[in-house]
Amino acid sequence: MEAIKATFFQECEELLADLEAGLLALEGGDTDPETVNAVFRAVHSVKGGAGAFGLEQLVRFAHVFETTLDHLRSHELEQTAHVLKVMLRAADLLADLVRAAQSGAHLDEARCQALAEELVALSGDHAAESEPMGAASGADYLLGDDFDFKPLQVAFTDSGDGAGGAVMDEPGLTDWVIRFRPLATLYLKANDPALVLRELERLGALEVGLEQSELPLLDDLDPEGAYLAWTLRLRTSASEADIREAFEFVDGDCDLEVTAVADPFAAQFEEEPAASPVSSDVELDVMALIQRAQAEVASSDGGDIFEPAALAEIAPDSPTPSPAAAPAAKTADAAAVAPVTTTIRVDLDRVDRLINLVGELVINQAMLSQRVIEAGLVRSSNVALGLDDLEQLTREIQDSVMAIRAQPVKSVFQRMPRLIREIAAATGKQVRLVTEGEGTEVDKTVIERLTDPITHMIRNAIDHGLEKPADRVAAGKPAEGMVKLSAFHRSGRIVIEITDDGAGIDRKRVRDKAIEKGLIAAEAVLTDEETDNLLFMPGFSTASAISDISGRGVGMDVVKRSVQGLGGRITIASRPGEGSTFTLSLPLTLAVLDGMVVTVDGHTLVAPLTAVIETLQPKPDTVRSLGPSGMVVAVRDAFVPLIDIGANLGFRSTPIDPCSGVALLVENDVGGHAALLVDAIQGQRQVVIKSLESNYQQVDGIAAATILGDGRVALILDVDAIIANRRPEPTPAPAPEHNPPLLATAS
Amino acid sequence: MSDLLHTSGQRRELISFRIGAQEFCVDIMAVREIRGWTSATPIPHSPNYVRGVINLRGAVLPIVDLAARLGFAITEPSARSVIIVTHIGERTVGLLVDAVSDILTVSDEVIQPTPDVTCDTVKAFVKGILAVDDRLISLISLDRVLPDLEAEAA
Repeated sequence: MEAIKATFFQECEELLADLEAGLLALEGGDTDPETVNAVFRAVHSVKGGAGAFGLEQLVRFAHVFETTLDHLRSHELEQTAHVLKVMLRAADLLADLVRAAQSGAHLDEARCQALAEELVALSGDHAAESEPMGAASGADYLLGDDFDFKPLQVAFTDSGDGAGGAVMDEPGLTDWVIRFRPLATLYLKANDPALVLRELERLGALEVGLEQSELPLLDDLDPEGAYLAWTLRLRTSASEADIREAFEFVDGDCDLEVTAVADPFAAQFEEEPAASPVSSDVELDVMALIQRAQAEVASSDGGDIFEPAALAEIAPDSPTPSPAAAPAAKTADAAAVAPVTTTIRVDLDRVDRLINLVGELVINQAMLSQRVIEAGLVRSSNVALGLDDLEQLTREIQDSVMAIRAQPVKSVFQRMPRLIREIAAATGKQVRLVTEGEGTEVDKTVIERLTDPITHMIRNAIDHGLEKPADRVAAGKPAEGMVKLSAFHRSGRIVIEITDDGAGIDRKRVRDKAIEKGLIAAEAVLTDEETDNLLFMPGFSTASAISDISGRGVGMDVVKRSVQGLGGRITIASRPGEGSTFTLSLPLTLAVLDGMVVTVDGHTLVAPLTAVIETLQPKPDTVRSLGPSGMVVAVRDAFVPLIDIGANLGFRSTPIDPCSGVALLVENDVGGHAALLVDAIQGQRQVVIKSLESNYQQVDGIAAATILGDGRVALILDVDAIIANRRPEPTPAPAPEHNPPLLATAS
Repeated sequence: MSDLLHTSGQRRELISFRIGAQEFCVDIMAVREIRGWTSATPIPHSPNYVRGVINLRGAVLPIVDLAARLGFAITEPSARSVIIVTHIGERTVGLLVDAVSDILTVSDEVIQPTPDVTCDTVKAFVKGILAVDDRLISLISLDRVLPDLEAEAA
């Protein structure tokens, strides 16, 4: 059960995302009825699942929400900006309710009530006359905990001259006779009739009678067969559609007859011609109805199957489709829904294992190629040609397998509209979010770890970037500010840009702040770019008062660190009065890394390319000693520590002459610089990251391992750790406190 | 048949190997495979008995020089040296030994407790001894072959 529940919550997440996306599309002026239907279906499915798990608070709210959406669907409710705003907030609350249900918590009832009232008010404004019961149900909800669905007949009234209308206009209790005979397929799909019966019991007083006449003797009994049927008497104020809803999950897998008893309009049923004699009381032209419904579906060409008139005929009138007709109706239904790509859920471990194996395949293939060349086989030999094909195939397999882990950034982007609404409300600013490139795909792990940095930068963009509406108008800009979130691929990396059209970075304030905090010297001359980058310094915050929005203890330095943790980089471009753009550039996957392959004392090592700023050749006049064994190298005007990797890792006891090697100027997470001295640079290469810890343990100065084309293991340097503890000074040199000693050496 | 004859003691199979002039063995259930020596990539700041890591079909496999670990001289790997790939807990570790000699099937009672000697490495690694055809073979416990995390000081 827990597993099913987990799946339900997983599905909820997708449904909620669909819901929000749909509402946003509607807000953006989309009038496609299918969008409204999709939104309705999302809420409906959440409600259905929640009902099955007894999540009452969730069900109640979803029900009110669904009702209002139904008005929208039936055009009783106009698609205005106000309506959609309320609905978006309702979607937010629904998401909160789902999350609360997931963690077993309960949400503030008052909040649900308030929003439920608003939703009901929407319907009330527009459809009160034609739809008294909808309002009544809302009121019921507001009354409290009574988990009792009052009739919620919606949408069908305008065409309702049939039985559906009759039930609706009858606010009192109706007796229904329901005959429910599950087919074997129902049990095959792991459904349980008891759940359905329990669901019905919620609608009103239920009498259950079991028909076991079909039950064969034990010898003849097929253990997977279906022999039982139930005759149920239900006294309820709910409509037939509500009753049928209880059977939603077993639809097509059972014979179902729902008959109103003592219904003033029952006579009307009896007058209709009988296509298939079903039950004693009522006979309906089932087949004709279904055919009509199918015709509607066909003519609407996959679009508007829920056109109200058609619905009015299908939903309230049609009793159970006969077994033969049911699959047909189902097929039509399926065809009518917008084409959905089939997906499967796979354990991430399996995918990762596959990715590992393919990584192996690539290495093996490279080794094989090398051996063939070593064996002296010419390039045009059949073996070599076959290997070329193999190489191409392995590359394709690798790309395809990597694509399995790739997901569109949509899942991150979708969380932002809500955030924007909340921050806009809290700051009193008007914000419009524009998103681009939601379909851009990137590794799942990267996506998961992108949410926080993006969230924070959007907060910043609104809180610090955008001006107050009045200021904007004064500056000749529209009162509504714009935040644009876009994603695209550029040269094998994913780039995410957060752009606002606010005031831009106030460089003077940034500079003053940095001086005040002692981050830079008062007389320091900084370029605009350098000033902007001060924002990423630890402990920097420009907000004069720590605001509730951005000042939650994390600054841009944290953002920068988490982006670097993903092997990414972050840059700022800002123009006064026009706004700022923060650009994140990230690798497509965490399983591979762009590395600079270097040689140190005969060992091959890999430095993450993201940490390497530039390479330089130390010259005798740029290298200075500092303390007994410390060295610094001049990079333009600044001195940075020079660390001999060979000595640092213990490969050699005495550092080499700096001028005989090459230095990599690297930057660590917190912006510290150092020059790493290596013997030679072999080149740049993408390498597959392998864990050292899984079979061994963490090693100081080493981040991970990888396997090179020749099949040997190479170690990947942990640049941060190397900078943090440059250990190999035999006699600990007094740590230079400030810059003056450097200057003394330089002079 | 053998089961009927030896109901009294648990029978187990051991792989014996040579380090220098002495013979040792480990339980065959801990052994995944035996492969020839390939040179390993050294790991910085590691104890002298950790030869480095090799690529075992995509996994990074640490190689422990068992001779050095047991307090003998560091092995100079030759073409005859082999790596015994073993499972130690959750980890997979390669043991560098001079040569694999035999597979022994013994019952538990043949394994005698380790005589009380003062040598620390014997206490730490030898969990029993057995005499087979005049040879003394020490049964090695693998649990402590890898360096302890806290005692990792290079």
